[in-house]
Amino acid sequence: MIVRILGEGQFDVADIDALNELDTTLQAAADVGDEPAFAAALSGLLDAVHQIGTVVPEDQISPSALVLPARGTALSDVRTMLGDEGLIPG
Amino acid sequence: MGLGQRIALVFKAKASKALDRAEDPREVLDYSYQRQLEMLAQVRRGLADVATSRRRIDMQYGQLETSSEKLRTQAAEALQLGREDLAREALSRRMTVTSQLDSLAAQRESLRVEEDKLTLASQRLQAKVEAFRTRKETIKATYTAAEAQTKITEAVTGISEEMGDVGMAMQRAEDKTEQMQARAQALDGLLESGALSDATLPTGGRDDLQAALDAARGAGDVDAELTAMRRELSAPTQPKSIGPGTEQGR
Repeated sequence: MIVRILGEGQFDVADIDALNELDTTLQAAADVGDEPAFAAALSGLLDAVHQIGTVVPEDQISPSALVLPARGTALSDVRTMLGDEGLIPG
Repeated sequence: MGLGQRIALVFKAKASKALDRAEDPREVLDYSYQRQLEMLAQVRRGLADVATSRRRIDMQYGQLETSSEKLRTQAAEALQLGREDLAREALSRRMTVTSQLDSLAAQRESLRVEEDKLTLASQRLQAKVEAFRTRKETIKATYTAAEAQTKITEAVTGISEEMGDVGMAMQRAEDKTEQMQARAQALDGLLESGALSDATLPTGGRDDLQAALDAARGAGDVDAELTAMRRELSAPTQPKSIGPGTEQGR
């Protein structure tokens, strides 16, 4: 399954279950607005993607099943990203 | 649903809006390709802006380093002349310069990070745009409409995501560039006002501190000359009082 880290590109991750759990932790931290917990969860999740994923070749075009914010992204920015107009251009 | 999946959905929703608008999905391929080329051009301009902004900061950084060194020399010189007041003034100005240098270094570094990220993102986008162009022609030659539809959706969604990503990298780099430009202007103002004692003025960098030092040194020179003259004036009498005893004794 393909995972994108914003600003870093796409990674092919075989064992997505390992990520889903971390992603749920991230979601939980976002829901209660716990900024430090969110930063820690995000950092852990990105590390895991780097560890178990392989970089998708530059000339391959595929949508990602999971898109993760860049390291250090503030919670407020992530919320805006999810909004209708959002941070995501296009 | 996790957060990562929700963000992925936002990308997909944006791409599918473009697909829904078109009568024939094949039109979307050409339209999307046009947008990709525009985006690539935008990213290149963005990168050039960032580089310009960084070069300006590099230049100011160099100016401040020169100022800092000059103020240190001035302080040492003032101390040698016994003018502690001037030495204090030079050192306190140097502290202002040093704090500017520190925060400038931090900002320069963060701009560099964004520039690197944008460079990588633009290289990725370039490779993807090239791949998209090839894929577009292959899809157009696909036999069945249903098959083409699936491939078009995948290609357009994939490339939209890439463009969204590079678009965000551009926004971040632009924000940083604007901050840096504002800062560069403020620093130019400070340097012009002489508050940071610009040592790199084309006129030779004579500032008020240097003028005071020169004056102090000038006063010292006058004093030294006066002492020398007094010594000279009184000199002829001295050999007479000491000289005769020893010279004539032989």
